Amino acid sequence: MLKKITVNVNGTEHTAEVEPRLLLVHFIREVLSMTGTHIGCDTSSCGACTIALDGKSVKSCTILAVQANGKSITTIEGLAPEGGPLHPLQEGFKENHALHCGFCTPGMIMRAKELLEHNSNPTEEEIRWGIAGNLCRCTGYNNIVKAVQWAGAKMRGEELPNTEPQFV
Amino acid sequence: MIAQSFQYESPQTLQEAIELLHRHGEEAKILSGGHSLIPMMKLRFASPEYVIDINGIPGLSYIKEEGGLLKIGGLTREAEIEHSDLLKAHFPIFADVTKLIADPQVRNMGTIGGNLAHGDAANDHPAVMLALGATVVATGADGEREIPIDEFFYGFYMTALQHGEILTEIRIPMPAPGTGSAYHKLERKVGDYATTGVAVQLTIDGNGIVTSAGIGLTNVNPVPMRASRSEEAIVGKPISEETLKLAAQYASEDCSPSSDLRGSEEYKRHVTGVVVKRMILKAAERAMR
Repeated sequence: MLKKITVNVNGTEHTAEVEPRLLLVHFIREVLSMTGTHIGCDTSSCGACTIALDGKSVKSCTILAVQANGKSITTIEGLAPEGGPLHPLQEGFKENHALHCGFCTPGMIMRAKELLEHNSNPTEEEIRWGIAGNLCRCTGYNNIVKAVQWAGAKMRGEELPNTEPQFV
Repeated sequence: MIAQSFQYESPQTLQEAIELLHRHGEEAKILSGGHSLIPMMKLRFASPEYVIDINGIPGLSYIKEEGGLLKIGGLTREAEIEHSDLLKAHFPIFADVTKLIADPQVRNMGTIGGNLAHGDAANDHPAVMLALGATVVATGADGEREIPIDEFFYGFYMTALQHGEILTEIRIPMPAPGTGSAYHKLERKVGDYATTGVAVQLTIDGNGIVTSAGIGLTNVNPVPMRASRSEEAIVGKPISEETLKLAAQYASEDCSPSSDLRGSEEYKRHVTGVVVKRMILKAAERAMR
């Protein structure tokens, strides 16, 4: 039996009739055609499908679309206005070479966003615990950590860390 | 992976949820955080005909102190437990355990009630509840009933909860002065089930004598296990090399782990003893702080 749901996605209300077994990530990608949210492992391990549900980062492969009825969602597409300036995290990932293949990036950023909202100046250890539910199979974690620190500095309005590669 | 078709209900009151559970009997499953149920449904290990989502029911999520008891609502998320100031002040064990449960996104969804009601000996909260001497409150058509934690876990994915009952609250005695608690699990990677896990709470009096102890073990027994002989080995005496050694030895002997990818039975028995010792010391250090 189909269920009618209304979900606010990136500021726009969407109403649809869905099967209860439809996963939220499939609703976002296939019903709304927003493919910035990725499906990696499909077992809530890798974090590629991370979105914000009422402001909390969650794995949309392990949530039913019907559970989002009446709630607000932010996906990677909602971080910056179209044609407008990038979100500090997006800019931080770009400036710090924190994307290799880019597959994990939307999930990493959506997770880091909530992390910075709770802790605007996290240590490296806090960032690593904070993104413990996100896997980067290119193993680009060092630059991802730097990108989150860079974004934190930018959001605090402080001097930005040097992004030139360090040779030692 | 897509689950088998089911009907979805989202009751707005506890009464309504209990009625739905009664109407649909064994074909209904309760959806709380969903991070055990939905993966099982996607793998088709579980194929309920009805999913009763209790997330819309107000008043099931809280952490409060009342009448000498800590009360945690069944729908309280792991992330709320992880960051609760009340718990940090009185039960450091909760910060220890939540940090090791899955990952931040899963903790934003997963609930303590679901973690216990799932009845999985690999979950972490059962051992903590054994150490803390918790009582589980089940609410059904006839109202509330209290289930002592030692009578809660029955077998593989089996608990004392009956069909038509919802785990609504966990009650834990507030700790006496001189009490400390600690939890640690060995895991291969973030989000893995424990190779072994140990929860300890103990109270130490002014003379350094352990007056009470609770020790629970994770994933080294078919059901969550109280290490009773280890508790007896340390109560009534000061902590010493001798009592630590006995507590570790008894836990190693009394648990019943199975060999798997996380290690052989022998290895698990050994590390269980090691972690028992370390957690007793950590809880004792916190007790005397």
